[in-house]
Amino acid sequence: MKRSLQDKLAILADAAKYDASCASSGTTRRDSRAGGIGSAGGSGICHAYTPDGRCVSLLKILMTNFCIYDCAYCINRVSSGVERARFSPEEVVSLTLEFYRRNYIEGLFLSSGIIRSPDDTMADMVRIARMLRIDHGFKGYIHLKTIPEASAELIEQAGLFADRLSVNIELPQDASTRKLAPQKKPETIRAAMAGVRLSREASRERSHTGKRSARFAPAGQSTQMIVGADAASDRDILTTSARLYSGYDLKRVYYSAFSPIPDASTALPLIKPPLMREHRLYQADWLMRFYGFEVEEIAGVAPSGNLDLTLDPKLAWALANRAQFPVDVNKASREMLLRIPGFGTRTVTRILAARRSGPVRYGDLLRIGALMGKAAPFVVLPDWRPGALTDSQALRDKFAPPPEQLSLF
Amino acid sequence: MIRVTLPPLGFVQIWRDAARLLASHDTPPESVIWSRDAAADLFGGGDPLPERDGPARVTAPASFQRLVETVLCHRDPQAPSWLYQALHRHQRDLRALFNPADPLTRRLEELAKPVRREIHKMHAFVRFRELPAAGPRRSFGAWFEPEHAILEAATPFFAKRFADMDWMIATPQGVARFDGRLTFHPPAPRPDLPEDASEALWGTYFANIFNPARLAVKAMQSEMPRKYWSNLPETRLIPEMLAGADARVAAMRAAMPTDTPARAQRILNRQAPQMDLQRPQTLAEAQHQAAACRRCGLCEAATQTVWGEGPPDAPLMIVGEAPGDAEDLSGRPFVGPAGQLLREELARAEIGPTWLTNAVKHFKFTPRGKRRLHQNPTRGEISHCRWWLDLEREMVRPKLTVALGASAAFALTGSAAPLTPRRGRIEPATDGGPVLLTWHPSRILRLPTPDQPAARAELAADLATAREVLARIEAG
Repeated sequence: MKRSLQDKLAILADAAKYDASCASSGTTRRDSRAGGIGSAGGSGICHAYTPDGRCVSLLKILMTNFCIYDCAYCINRVSSGVERARFSPEEVVSLTLEFYRRNYIEGLFLSSGIIRSPDDTMADMVRIARMLRIDHGFKGYIHLKTIPEASAELIEQAGLFADRLSVNIELPQDASTRKLAPQKKPETIRAAMAGVRLSREASRERSHTGKRSARFAPAGQSTQMIVGADAASDRDILTTSARLYSGYDLKRVYYSAFSPIPDASTALPLIKPPLMREHRLYQADWLMRFYGFEVEEIAGVAPSGNLDLTLDPKLAWALANRAQFPVDVNKASREMLLRIPGFGTRTVTRILAARRSGPVRYGDLLRIGALMGKAAPFVVLPDWRPGALTDSQALRDKFAPPPEQLSLF
Repeated sequence: MIRVTLPPLGFVQIWRDAARLLASHDTPPESVIWSRDAAADLFGGGDPLPERDGPARVTAPASFQRLVETVLCHRDPQAPSWLYQALHRHQRDLRALFNPADPLTRRLEELAKPVRREIHKMHAFVRFRELPAAGPRRSFGAWFEPEHAILEAATPFFAKRFADMDWMIATPQGVARFDGRLTFHPPAPRPDLPEDASEALWGTYFANIFNPARLAVKAMQSEMPRKYWSNLPETRLIPEMLAGADARVAAMRAAMPTDTPARAQRILNRQAPQMDLQRPQTLAEAQHQAAACRRCGLCEAATQTVWGEGPPDAPLMIVGEAPGDAEDLSGRPFVGPAGQLLREELARAEIGPTWLTNAVKHFKFTPRGKRRLHQNPTRGEISHCRWWLDLEREMVRPKLTVALGASAAFALTGSAAPLTPRRGRIEPATDGGPVLLTWHPSRILRLPTPDQPAARAELAADLATAREVLARIEAG
């Protein structure tokens, strides 16, 4: 029986929903005034939100959910009884363009199960991207989830058409990958990321004639880690992230709370997805990338190596490092201001601008948008001193939500 | 009192001309009434604008001009007047406009924020439906209801994006039309847009990309406020998606795992790795096995095993310490800065075929922000990796080996004695072959600049010695 396009879309969107990434930001600026259709660049646009609170920016689908691999956490593994379907490359291209013209999406995020061989699968994905870019002059965003085992030439081509490439690291520790995804090799995944980094760097260098070659994956590369499918602590997870950021110049590491899947493997528990843990990991990741924190500072607060679920990681760090507070907002360096709970990067930029016009006071900070409810115990201002508040025993209780009766679910 | 009335379209230009004119006369903000409602003029009256520019030169930074374009879209009737206040004050006090804590600057920023957000939401939430086209270009139309007067500010985005089709976006404040050129027209009644076949597909996608195990309704509503829902076709599906979510998750929990399809085992068997437990017989086999080496913990962090390279029958083997950042990424030995220095010296010494390798085959580092800081391997790690180095030596059978630095010297000779007195000498390797000891090129790079030439000359002299020793050995 031949499936309709609608049936295939239902199956292959459903199969793609466990990938956390949907970003469409940070690529080269381009638009359709000189021909073709579409535009990209700057910050991406989320065109809709689903009731799981996540945005829809890209048409996120699998080319096929047939797969020869048997990764325990994945609904598409070869041993699962899930319904299978496969788009033709033309169908993917037409869906992308028609959705784009109606302003539903910013572009395409294409992933795939592995059929026949990694190279065959990757070649089909590259063909889709080439049809969009070359045959249809598509200027929107394309994100390809590359197959790590595919040949370097195919990945090289993928990077010429796609804005972003990604390879999922999947699990924070090699041992878990070997156990839960026996056909995947952690070293192959990392080598693929290293290859993308080197190709990106090479494409940014000018040749001796001063000409720049075509930009390779201008929006960079990203990856995803599943949280809660193995026993890794938050420290393990963040350590892996720090290595990935420093080694492969990743734009983002996405954390995906392990979520029950239909027809789950018996190798994994059907847990409620640890959404708060996922949220705290994103906050910690943010602190590492934009606030100058090292893994050990964030993950070292609790001996377990896990983040505090009741407090955001910056506040938890500040409470554990009270000797460094209170900070004089009018004298502190940018680095120290960034460490004050309740001050974001934008707040800090504004404080530095305001300091040029004279001393900053409590009311100024409120106007600037600082969260003084959080910041007050940690700052000194001409009209505010926290006194003993900074060191008070009860300070943590002030921030932590009141104890709640445990829910059964 | 001077009264300025801003029209529903083209108000930015009118405000800018009037404000510049008024400021050039130093007209105080209290004596201007800014109005957006032509009807109010019937009661207000008021004096007309001065006819020509006043004596003062009026200046404003580019950032203020952009702020004007945004803030004027805000429906707050006071917005034009606050902007004029800020412009007027800026002619005397240059600081306040740049101080984010200044109350007026702050107020303008607070007016700009919801406008920017709504422009962004318009870019996101306009939904086109296809219309019958008269010519070769396809034609689309949309209806959108913004709270603020953002039509002119928000639609140039669509002109850049959808240049190869005709489209119109109708709003209660006016209509934007594009046929290769963007034009604005007075409001018209809400157009009757035909059903669009893609809408059903879009609904299918929206309903299926949603994960029922992760309900977060508040997060959805804060980003996609209800006021926009009436014009978003997919939001009709939300109640049903919400109602079914818990049951779907419960069903997933309750369902017994299905039987593994019969073909699964066949497919898996085909891919099962051939276990290579045998001791490798060739360099290629050794390299293949080393790629999956887990003898020490370094493989967890490093990208890949960096195996040696060169002609397999090379009479000279050069052993460094461990791969660095560049070697780790490319998978090849001696391609980073230290490797380049070594390769230059090897070329200068006119040494023949050489096998280049490292004592430890995985990169060891600690991440620091965007960099990876090299760390020396421990003796334990060096000992674990000896298995590979010994195999390599057995298969390449070099006549002479050069050890670069203390780690390589330890790996080859088993002696951890300080390198300085041993440099330039030949010691027996644990397997009996001769080993010439010299500096590691990365040590030379780490020395203060004035000390580098001397150390580099010592490396060059040692390589020259190596060439002579080889020649002697080969001559028999």
